Amino acid sequence: MRVLVCVKRVPITGGRIALTEDEQAIQSRHLGFTISPHEECAVEEAVRIVEAGGGETVVLTLGPAEAEEQLRDCMAIGADRGILLQTDGTDWDAQSTASAIIDAIGGEDPFDLILFGNESADAGGYQVGVRVAYALGLPVVTGLKKIEPRDGAVRVERDVGGARDVYEVPTPAVLTVLEGLNLPRYPSVPGRLRAKSKPLAVSEPAQPVQGLAKLRLVLPPGQGKQAEVLGEGSAAAPRVVELMQRLGVA
Amino acid sequence: MTVLVYVEPDDELSLQAVGFAQAVGDVRAVTVEGDYQPAAWAKALAAEPADAIVAAGSDRGNELLAHVAAILDQPFAANVTALEGDVVTRIRWGGSLLEQARLHGAPKILSVAPHTHAAAGAVATETLKAPDDGSPKVLERIEESSGGVSLRDAKVVVSGGRGVGSAEGFSIIEELAGLLGGAVGCSRVVTSAGWRPHTDQVGQTGTKISADLYVACGISGATQHIAGCKGAKTILAINDDPEAPILTHADYAVIGDLHEIVPAISAELRKVRGS
Repeated sequence: MRVLVCVKRVPITGGRIALTEDEQAIQSRHLGFTISPHEECAVEEAVRIVEAGGGETVVLTLGPAEAEEQLRDCMAIGADRGILLQTDGTDWDAQSTASAIIDAIGGEDPFDLILFGNESADAGGYQVGVRVAYALGLPVVTGLKKIEPRDGAVRVERDVGGARDVYEVPTPAVLTVLEGLNLPRYPSVPGRLRAKSKPLAVSEPAQPVQGLAKLRLVLPPGQGKQAEVLGEGSAAAPRVVELMQRLGVA
Repeated sequence: MTVLVYVEPDDELSLQAVGFAQAVGDVRAVTVEGDYQPAAWAKALAAEPADAIVAAGSDRGNELLAHVAAILDQPFAANVTALEGDVVTRIRWGGSLLEQARLHGAPKILSVAPHTHAAAGAVATETLKAPDDGSPKVLERIEESSGGVSLRDAKVVVSGGRGVGSAEGFSIIEELAGLLGGAVGCSRVVTSAGWRPHTDQVGQTGTKISADLYVACGISGATQHIAGCKGAKTILAINDDPEAPILTHADYAVIGDLHEIVPAISAELRKVRGS
């Protein structure tokens, strides 16, 4: 199978978010970067599918030049090559992102599966994968926690509050996945070394007019609350139980 | 303006979306009959004339509107908390950050962030038909055997993070959760390490809880985690670091080693109940 996985570079936000002075981005000077958690599982799944049945795993991102780091991370756990749609680092909305991905896919041999995370960790738009599917005329199923390739089709499952819905769709298809699909592996040192020399294609798509145009970021109200300390160590246990009784849960 | 609202039967979040839409324009509430088939249902919604198409920011609401937006090739703003003119305020990072953005396009397509608007009362709902168009649909539904209290609905969730130290370390978390008739939760660090299954994860990419009491043991309080637990009415943090970010989200805290404190709370509960 030929599998394409689309990922997004996002900061590792840790405990507190601060904004840049122009309110256009998270202050990331002291932060590391990763890809969205759902996408880590998408990459792992693609690599497992290709390990089991042969083929190729290609990983694609739209982002700044530094996003090469995330593509190399994906190659370190087994993706075969990367496609970087390089931007100046400003946000692209979901429609523009989808159309850049579609243009890039147009220059490739057809993929059997195109995987996305269900939604990105930062913008959380829930739509890039669906838009790509419609533009390519492919079936799409979202929010998946299980993928089983069959002959010319794929059987997939999604959680729906206390049950799992099963879909079977013919390939090629677009699938969007959730964390919990699998437990992603950590890259090995040899894997990291191999990743350095894997092929990476870089292009610079032009940014179209934004249909959902970000104006500014805002920190939500209620920052800087401070917990009431009930005590230190096991001596605080009686006060905790009093609290539980007061809340009616003890 | 006419606001078409997709309403799922017996769904509180859908009624919140109606509540949001009533403040924006004239609401026409619709549902779709038959078995769920996202692309076909979205086609039925997209065919209705409207100035705006709105749904709850639920799994299904966001999925349907993504399809509607792709069909109409229009922008879609997910998880909106406010609309003024054509400027939306919407959620990023699971609620740790907000974004103001101009939503172009017609119709305006947006989902309403859960628990940001009061639910409308009973609302008259039309039923649309969506003929099977051969797009993906549910082949079968497998019911999960319910093993204990579900994380989503539990009144009490006792949760462990990196500070628990190992899979075995969760025995004291399980004991306290059991005494309180609650569920065990954990942070993403714990599921990534394989100490607990992903179904136990509280967080932006795990379960979002709404417990009366959330006890966060050895959890530092990354934004990823806060997105999952901020729906709890009361948060108690047990942490050895008085500077941990979780303390700026918690209502109460106990400072110290969770391996001593958690068993002491369980023992105290037993003592109080025994007397």
